[in-house]
Amino acid sequence: MTTAASPSRVELDYTGSERLTMNMGPQHPSAHGVFRAILTLEGEQVVGVDAVIGYLHRCHEKLAETLTYAQYPSIASKTDYVAAMTSEFAYVRAAEMIGKIEVPKRAQYLRVIAAELQRVASHLLWLGTWCLDMGGALGGGATIFLYCIRERELVLDLFESLVGARLLYGFYQVGGVRYDIPSGWVEKCRETVDLMDRRIDEYQRMLEENPFFLVRTQGVGVISRELAQEVGISGPLVRGSGVNYDIRRTDPYSSYEDFDFRVPVETGGDCHARYRVRMVEFRESLNIVRQALDRLPEGPISSRPGLKSVAQIRIPKGEAYARVEGARGEVGCYLIADGSAKPYRMKWRGASFSNLAVLPHIIPGHKVADVVAIMGSVDPVFGEVDR
Amino acid sequence: MTAEEVRTRIAEQFPGAQSAGDAPVTVMVPADAWVPLARFAKETLGCLFFSFLSAVDWKEEGLEVIAKVDNVDAGISLLLKTRLGSGVSACPSLTDVYRGANWMERECYDMFGIRFEGHPDLRRILLGDDWEGHPLLKSYPVDAPHPPYR
Amino acid sequence: MAVKDVPQIVPVWRNFKDLVEWEQLHQTRPEGDKHSDLFVSLTEGIHNFPGGFALTTVADTFLNWARKSSVWPVTFGLACCAIEMMATFASRFDVERLGMVPWASPRHADLMIVSGTVTIKMAPMLKRIYDQMPDPKWAVSMGSCANSGGPFRHGYHVVKGVDRVIPVDVYVPGCPPPPESLLNGLLLLQDQIAHFQRTGRRAEPTPKVD
Repeated sequence: MTTAASPSRVELDYTGSERLTMNMGPQHPSAHGVFRAILTLEGEQVVGVDAVIGYLHRCHEKLAETLTYAQYPSIASKTDYVAAMTSEFAYVRAAEMIGKIEVPKRAQYLRVIAAELQRVASHLLWLGTWCLDMGGALGGGATIFLYCIRERELVLDLFESLVGARLLYGFYQVGGVRYDIPSGWVEKCRETVDLMDRRIDEYQRMLEENPFFLVRTQGVGVISRELAQEVGISGPLVRGSGVNYDIRRTDPYSSYEDFDFRVPVETGGDCHARYRVRMVEFRESLNIVRQALDRLPEGPISSRPGLKSVAQIRIPKGEAYARVEGARGEVGCYLIADGSAKPYRMKWRGASFSNLAVLPHIIPGHKVADVVAIMGSVDPVFGEVDR
Repeated sequence: MTAEEVRTRIAEQFPGAQSAGDAPVTVMVPADAWVPLARFAKETLGCLFFSFLSAVDWKEEGLEVIAKVDNVDAGISLLLKTRLGSGVSACPSLTDVYRGANWMERECYDMFGIRFEGHPDLRRILLGDDWEGHPLLKSYPVDAPHPPYR
Repeated sequence: MAVKDVPQIVPVWRNFKDLVEWEQLHQTRPEGDKHSDLFVSLTEGIHNFPGGFALTTVADTFLNWARKSSVWPVTFGLACCAIEMMATFASRFDVERLGMVPWASPRHADLMIVSGTVTIKMAPMLKRIYDQMPDPKWAVSMGSCANSGGPFRHGYHVVKGVDRVIPVDVYVPGCPPPPESLLNGLLLLQDQIAHFQRTGRRAEPTPKVD
């Protein structure tokens, strides 16, 4: 008897058809990383899924107890490695909340610009790999993948001139940011943002009326409103299921209340609704970047300048839970500080961990090919899942 | 509903609870009131969004289980805590109240060794099934050898 | 081709005295890298015949050119380096111009780019995928996590380098190595393949300069 709480132990009546256990192993072209799904199939239909994770468990929480507040942000970027800026943000914000450390206004605006550009880059990779998965590795699906990577490279160029690294940065620091923008960066950024707007129009034209795309995404992987909230999924997934939950609105941080942007909410709950949410998020992120660049204030970039690995920053006793709106949802860091230079306990609330927990509830009933489409629209990043 | 009202209503319902803070409202209850508190938060306070569940190892004082739930529409944030007591590593499970607690409690079991009573499928989630020990306990060394891999 | 009877050593950690012995097992190539005995004796005969070396060297050069120009990597992305590997395979840093077509099935692949942290849970799967690849095969360790455990070296679940599991030909440092670095590593690998010999013998590793 299937119960809502134990979908992995599916014991339906034997209806005369053979049940096949298929392993969608940790090495898979469309597994989005190291994810193992043991699917129980009846013909082409999935009747049960057991998700095995932990193939990328890199001991973040234990390591954080051995690294100082200045050393850990670079490691924090390796949780959600596709959107590294938002990952570092949560940890740094938690430390600042406990220590009541002020962040200068310029640093807050720079953080917002970095986070929103990172959201654009992350969604570009999502779109590219999702369409690649649905279309095939060569030929059919690689079109959108190559276009999206081409645009993503432009954003990564901006990051490279700002921070020095393309993918994993140590940009955020307790007290502000580490680097200031070089000369000419603002103009380059504006050019890139305008170009990105035009290119996103192109992608939408390619996909919106594409009958194959519509058939593969409409009605597939419906997450109901109640399930979405109970399991704790967040980000574009929960906004695609009708819940208006965006941390930048409900719990504004780092001057997000200064910016004027729309939070898209769709009620469909299927893959197509989540796609529409993310496409609107693209444009709103570019909007926020434009506004932030227009109003960028002068001032210091950190209230604790000169902070390198060697310098020690001590946070007094206390605890805090800081959450940011990452590209995948609510990325949170629950930090317990004990007065020394290293935290006592750090719990990383990964958005993808909760997002992935919804899979055993929604996959049964779909065909095998839909599993790939659903996984792509859930968009997990296994650094966050396994930490 | 403001944080003040939330604290008053919890104090009425659970006399042994200690609550503090504004956002989130931190509530500490003894372990036998854990599930009733979660149910109260979900049904009466409308906290339908289950954020996370984890644990802290306080060495001699024992383990502490924490859970965060939110009421997204009304903007209430609750951080529920319970101390299991020195040497105790069993706790009632929240899977009947919130389905999201399933994987979170499996992770707590994996990392801390806390057995959740009433959990339908308590097994390790991040580490392999044959792993010995519970890594996030303070007694476990971070650089533990595991020949031949490390 | 005659199937040689390969002695099946099932490496179990307890059978080895220490880590050095275990690592030596993984640094030696599998037996199947060689051609059949008949082929080896024929080519050795031709090579030792006066003037025959011209034929064998030309054949080697031609075969190695063919091998290095068409190395198909198996898509084995584990973590953050996988994103940079995908960027290398994509529009800007195209790797297909070098003949490398990323191919998901290990049975049809020549190269395994281990990109990302290898954890203890993943290591047996990695070994299994490597074993499924037919010879001759190469492995590139991409990123500091695969080289030595990287920033997570002191974690309890992280393997201190993928060379404890499979023999590695090229190490590409970085966290993550930008696509330029990975391309450099792949070109170095192509140089190595150019020295692959008909008897399955590989080039000597770069001598350590102290």
